[in-house]
Amino acid sequence: MNTNMASRQEVSFTVNGEPHTVSVFPMERLLDVLRNELGLTGAKEGCGEGECGSCSVLMNGELVNSCLVPVLQAQGATLCTIEGLAGENSLHPIQQAFLKCGGAQCGICTPGMVMATVQLLRRHPSPTLEQVREGLGGNLCRCTGYSRIFNAVLEAAGQQT
Amino acid sequence: MQTRVVGAPVPRKEGVAKLTGQARYIDDLSLPGMIFGATVRSSIARGAIEEVRFGEGIPWHEFTIVTAKDIPGRNVVALILNDQPCLADGFVNHPEEPILLLAHPDRHVLASAVAAVKITYKASPSVHTIEESERRDVIIWGEDNIFKSFRMEKGDVDQAWKDAAWIVEGEYHTGAQEQLYIEPNGVIAQAGLDGSLTVWGSMQCPFYMHKALVAITGLPPENVRVIQSETGGAFGGKEEYPSILAGHAALLAMKSGRPVKMIYDRMEDMAATTKRHPSRTRHRTAVSADGKLLAAEIEFVTDGGAYATLSSTVLSRGTIHAGGPYNWPNIRVTSKSYATNTPPHGAFRGFGAPQSLFAMERHMDVVAKTIGMAPDEFRRRNLLRQGMSTATNQVIRDPIVMDKMLERALELTDYHAKTSRFAEQNTKSSQKKGLGIAAFLHGSGFTGSGERYLNSLVGVEATATGGLRVLVSSTEFGQGTNTILCQIAAETLGLEYEDVCIAQVDTSTCPNSGPTVASRTAMIIGKIVQTAALQMKQTLIESGLLQPTGGRAEFLAACQAYRKQFGELKSYSRYEAAPNIFWNDETYSGEAYPAYAWAVYVAEVTVDTLTYSVTLDDFVALQEIGKVLHPVLAGGQIEGGVAQAIGYALYEKVIWKDGRMINNQMTNYIMPTAVDLPPIRVYFEEVPYQYGPYGAKGIGELPMDGPAPAILNAVAQATGVEFHSIPLLPEDIFRGLTAQPERPPEPLEVALAAKGSQ
Repeated sequence: MNTNMASRQEVSFTVNGEPHTVSVFPMERLLDVLRNELGLTGAKEGCGEGECGSCSVLMNGELVNSCLVPVLQAQGATLCTIEGLAGENSLHPIQQAFLKCGGAQCGICTPGMVMATVQLLRRHPSPTLEQVREGLGGNLCRCTGYSRIFNAVLEAAGQQT
Repeated sequence: MQTRVVGAPVPRKEGVAKLTGQARYIDDLSLPGMIFGATVRSSIARGAIEEVRFGEGIPWHEFTIVTAKDIPGRNVVALILNDQPCLADGFVNHPEEPILLLAHPDRHVLASAVAAVKITYKASPSVHTIEESERRDVIIWGEDNIFKSFRMEKGDVDQAWKDAAWIVEGEYHTGAQEQLYIEPNGVIAQAGLDGSLTVWGSMQCPFYMHKALVAITGLPPENVRVIQSETGGAFGGKEEYPSILAGHAALLAMKSGRPVKMIYDRMEDMAATTKRHPSRTRHRTAVSADGKLLAAEIEFVTDGGAYATLSSTVLSRGTIHAGGPYNWPNIRVTSKSYATNTPPHGAFRGFGAPQSLFAMERHMDVVAKTIGMAPDEFRRRNLLRQGMSTATNQVIRDPIVMDKMLERALELTDYHAKTSRFAEQNTKSSQKKGLGIAAFLHGSGFTGSGERYLNSLVGVEATATGGLRVLVSSTEFGQGTNTILCQIAAETLGLEYEDVCIAQVDTSTCPNSGPTVASRTAMIIGKIVQTAALQMKQTLIESGLLQPTGGRAEFLAACQAYRKQFGELKSYSRYEAAPNIFWNDETYSGEAYPAYAWAVYVAEVTVDTLTYSVTLDDFVALQEIGKVLHPVLAGGQIEGGVAQAIGYALYEKVIWKDGRMINNQMTNYIMPTAVDLPPIRVYFEEVPYQYGPYGAKGIGELPMDGPAPAILNAVAQATGVEFHSIPLLPEDIFRGLTAQPERPPEPLEVALAAKGSQ
């Protein structure tokens, strides 16, 4: 994609509670803007076509593949990335559960997987295993075989695993 | 032995960084003035490069362009035979072979520039399958298309056939498999005006990369530095491949004078980098009237791709594992790796063993069925037991608990009751259910004399902040290297886990502890960490700064006192072979591996005879890996390996066209998702290995070996149809179940069995 063909324009949105205005090409991928303009490199590119979910972030509370979102669509949006999840001195309960249960191995899918879990637990605060499988169905992990990720999600939901 | 830190579920060392998005992978790093590199690749399988034209519409003066002519050192990717060029020079041997490199400050203009380089070829005949290569109508490598062959023999195979009640033959095939680490390959190279070169990257083997960079650049070894960035999965796919990529980035950096980042996108990574070797295995087996294995003749062949790379060592491990965990009085294994005009196949978790063990374990069920014996009973009668010898004549001195694991697996899966129930229900239902067993082993560490050649060096040092640091080139890419090595050091010295950290792997500051492959890190490197730690303690005692009975506080204080007095406190230790390890490379006999991990897996499947799909209902994995160093990490290794092997068996098919992978996207190369996998029930038996750290053996590759044959054995039990190839997709099952019923050809196995029983 040759982004030099278009002219830059200003796009404003809120990321992890902070307002940002960036001068970008309208069809630039939200993923690239987060990573390259804002230095938020937690979201990863695994496939660039919306299959792997490693670039998952929350946009207006909805889980999106940021590699498929043209940045113009984020105008006025509220975004949450993995960098915005932990408190200053403490991990988010979901992160804590992933750490305890072994939900992260190589870690490359982890930011996306954690963000998918945030949305999953908002929709189903006490999910069944089937709901967990379904909720994480768009996030690929090659290391874990998912079992320990499921354990982590259930642990975070306060269910003993 | 009671342990405090070893065996405890301590948090992963780099876990918090990974969970908060702070871990820095290669594409998260940036250097001032950095530009971006891309690769122009061959569009044909084999032929001469006649002309390279730089097309219209691209400001070529803005680009750094590198060809083979720009290579200051040798145009090879130094590994074993050094037959692979870093950049094709006048001739290409596979699709996607790198020919020319481009770099530009704007990442986004590279794709159109790569497309604008027009290359004219004079195509030569090419070879794309094992069968084409072994026919030798076209010679594409050496004199006979053979990268490597082995012959391994025990007993007198030729004399054994006459005593057989049954002789059963079978042929088995496995396809290529993509490692599909979620982080694609990537590096950053920076060349200094002083003749220095630094490469950061996603990799398993920094010293392999270092060796390759020295050869390509011609720089003195001390000028070249390799640093591992956080690595987002590897599975063998980042063992040898990153060396060529690092070479490319280094050439661009040296020519441009700027740091160069090269990151493959998913399509390029899948099309151009290594995969698991496709294989074909032929078995001929003699069995006595009471179901004892008398002899095996096994022919194991692999498709190595266009260059030799690691094919010889993959073939070696596949050859040694070809007879499985059984007591063979007589066995002959011959093996060959053939050249084809395909990107070189390479390392992938299991390293040849998943291929030959698929054949062995599928064949065991075929033989059992032929002789009318239950698959579990047939295995029980033939399992290796303590004191017996393997196919390489290696006497197993340690206890083997395969019998126990087999019985427990049958209990846990309710095998016998379910098998009977399914047999009855399957006649009345379109949903056919079945159970399948696989019994197998996996050697820990490098094969044969390999560990002696590697001669790994490991260090520990006292840090300025009052703790201890482990120094190794053993890399973390998800398996837990950082965590287990710190656990071992802490346990050894009576420290807390938090007292010990591990250095970022950097060839300028870390000793060469060899490659991070071959299930060697826990057992081999872990042991050397233990020795180095003990030596450090000895140094402190000898210096008079520590009493032999001193505890944690005294030890840490002594470290600081020593540092104050002498400046630094470092202790290095080298690999020492366990006693009674002898290997003969000529006869391929002896102690192939210092120790083996053992396993019995059972898969339960439903085959839907309306859609021809397979659903896994249950998966039980029992293994003996010595001492479990970390229960959460070990469980995760097994589950992840089983999941990857389920993909190998049922989902992951590389589709080739003239030597090129054409489904090189996650959209059309299908790996298991969260909704596809069964519950994976993992159990460990612990038989501590005397020469491993706290009794640990290797674990990482083992779970890749067994699931595929267990699943296909279950499908055979469910459907009554024998399938001999993976991946097994619904269309294959459709073909198998709908084959013309009238005048079916008599199966070869049955024909030979009948002949043998006369």
